[in-house]
Amino acid sequence: MAEISLVDTRNALDPASPLAVRGLTVSYGEKPALFSLDATFPAGAMSAIVGPNGAGKSTFLKAALGLIPRVSGEVQVFGRDVDRVRDRIAYVPQRASVDWDFPTTAIDVVLMGLYGQIGLWRRISGQYKARARACLDRVGMGEFADRQIGQLSGGQQQRVFLARALAQEADLFLLDEPFAGVDAATERAIIDVLKSLQAEGRSIVAVHHDLSTVPDYFDHVMLVNLRRIAEGPVRQVFTAAALSETYGGRLGATQIDTLILQGA
Amino acid sequence: MGPFLEALSFQAGYNAALVAIGAALLGFAAGAGGSFLFLRKRALVSDAVAHATLPGVGIAFIIMVALGGDGRSLWGLLIGSAVSAWIGLLAVEWMVRRTRLSEDAAIGAILSVFFGLGIVLLTIIQGMSRGRQAGLEDFLLGSTAGMLFQDAVLIAGGGALVVVAIWLLRRPMTLVAFDPAFAAARGVNVRRVDLAMMGLVLAVTVIGLKLVGLILIVALLIIPPVTARFWSERAETVVWTAGCIGAVSGWVGAALSASAPALPTGPIIVLVAAGLFALSLLFAPARGVAASLMARRAFQRRVHRRQGLLALSRAEPIHDPLTLRILRREDLIRPDGVATDTGRAAAAKVARDERRWSIARQLHHDTALTGRYDGLTPIEQVFTPDEITHFDAAIGGPNLAGGT
Repeated sequence: MAEISLVDTRNALDPASPLAVRGLTVSYGEKPALFSLDATFPAGAMSAIVGPNGAGKSTFLKAALGLIPRVSGEVQVFGRDVDRVRDRIAYVPQRASVDWDFPTTAIDVVLMGLYGQIGLWRRISGQYKARARACLDRVGMGEFADRQIGQLSGGQQQRVFLARALAQEADLFLLDEPFAGVDAATERAIIDVLKSLQAEGRSIVAVHHDLSTVPDYFDHVMLVNLRRIAEGPVRQVFTAAALSETYGGRLGATQIDTLILQGA
Repeated sequence: MGPFLEALSFQAGYNAALVAIGAALLGFAAGAGGSFLFLRKRALVSDAVAHATLPGVGIAFIIMVALGGDGRSLWGLLIGSAVSAWIGLLAVEWMVRRTRLSEDAAIGAILSVFFGLGIVLLTIIQGMSRGRQAGLEDFLLGSTAGMLFQDAVLIAGGGALVVVAIWLLRRPMTLVAFDPAFAAARGVNVRRVDLAMMGLVLAVTVIGLKLVGLILIVALLIIPPVTARFWSERAETVVWTAGCIGAVSGWVGAALSASAPALPTGPIIVLVAAGLFALSLLFAPARGVAASLMARRAFQRRVHRRQGLLALSRAEPIHDPLTLRILRREDLIRPDGVATDTGRAAAAKVARDERRWSIARQLHHDTALTGRYDGLTPIEQVFTPDEITHFDAAIGGPNLAGGT
């Protein structure tokens, strides 16, 4: 790191951060989805990425993970290149991205989170099955272990995907809209699990769409709309000015007032 | 049927037995390998791959003749077909990645261009004065006739190798087929796994050219997985079941073909597989047509029974003939429509169930549980006895929780 700091001391990425990016630009064709974005998520925190539809929230996660190519910018996970620390990351993609008629049961899905440890060829022993079942229990889905995933409700499916992430025993959890289209009980169950992960010292970064729950659920927030509008502790950053800049005319002034009052 | 049974039981001679074994192994490899294509929803790519083998067959023949051979070495023809199929596959991939064409359009374009080129080459070859052209057209529909011992060994050995490769790659291929974004985040190289999957399909196609032919090999890749899907909800079981279905189709088909050599082998193998598919479609438990019809009928009867009992409990007249028939058959009402003692008891229980549900939905906070009210589910299946006692207390009537 010494050589790098000689060149640029002000903007060096924080090696302690579970996820830090600088100058990240991602483009679909010649239309940038994210432009020159900087972000430093704190370790051991629950962080939200908030912004209107099409603001580049999911794109940010995918680019950070290297799932889509970036035009420019630098990404570090725990101070290292993402490819070298994939074992420490658990990713929960958007629920809609999966074929629900796929022949797989809830426990099979969770076992996929253990493939990294089981290896490519070894038989799946009882020890791994027990661990997968424990992860399902933790999200309240133990009884549904042998259900084909298409037969589960939206909320139950999301819990199964969270259980798969738990099985990976990662230090950084990246979740894309974990509360989209789930019932209230599931939302409660998921947030409880995430809080317990945080209590274990893990870091969580979630794309989040429900502004009213941001102050309740999260410590740290990044407001994004193509560019980073604001980033920092929720109390400092989640302000009327920043929100109206993020959402433009889409959010009425009264709506914003209510949100800020709730957060205060 | 004599020759067929002999062939089926490997007693029609050493060569025929080896052909049957080869066909079974090829069928297994095709069924298991095709499962991943089916799960990845890219079944039709295999059709492009298969048709793209033909120019390679022609070019390999011409080269071998030009080098002084008779052009009939199966090894040479298969290597040629593999090269041109690989080029066709890469062309499909390239068109999808670099242009705005969708995969089905790219498949259509590559399939027809390569097949057309292949037919032109075969026509030219028919006019050539050197080489032994007879039998090249067998690559279109497959044939066991005139198959050499080493050809059968090649098919059997190649099939076995592909099966081993499928076993080695089964987890990354399942991961990529189910959730490519998650797989990529885990560090799986999705593109490479996809290419490996296609490579296996290509290997099956090439090995199967002689026996099944390029036009129908796609059926052997696709029919076994869709058949197996009727029998299982787990990917790994689907893969190996599809392998077994493919193996049985290959084996029975090869035996039939050996006993009736005038028939092309490919169509026979495919028809056997299609027969297994039809049986599964109709009779598979849970997913089959018969089972889902029966499940629908049973459900309909439950609804009518419940509605009938609710009507009895409210002393409303019942007009629906099916409801009347069901209640009469269970002796819940007399032929004249008046409730029997059992009928009245059952109606009372249903009415109590409804009252408890309505209280439960007012009192209980867990929407996951109260959400299970659908008019049919008995409340005892959802709530514990002490919770039900609690509901009964709220109703104000006598405690009936244990009374069923």
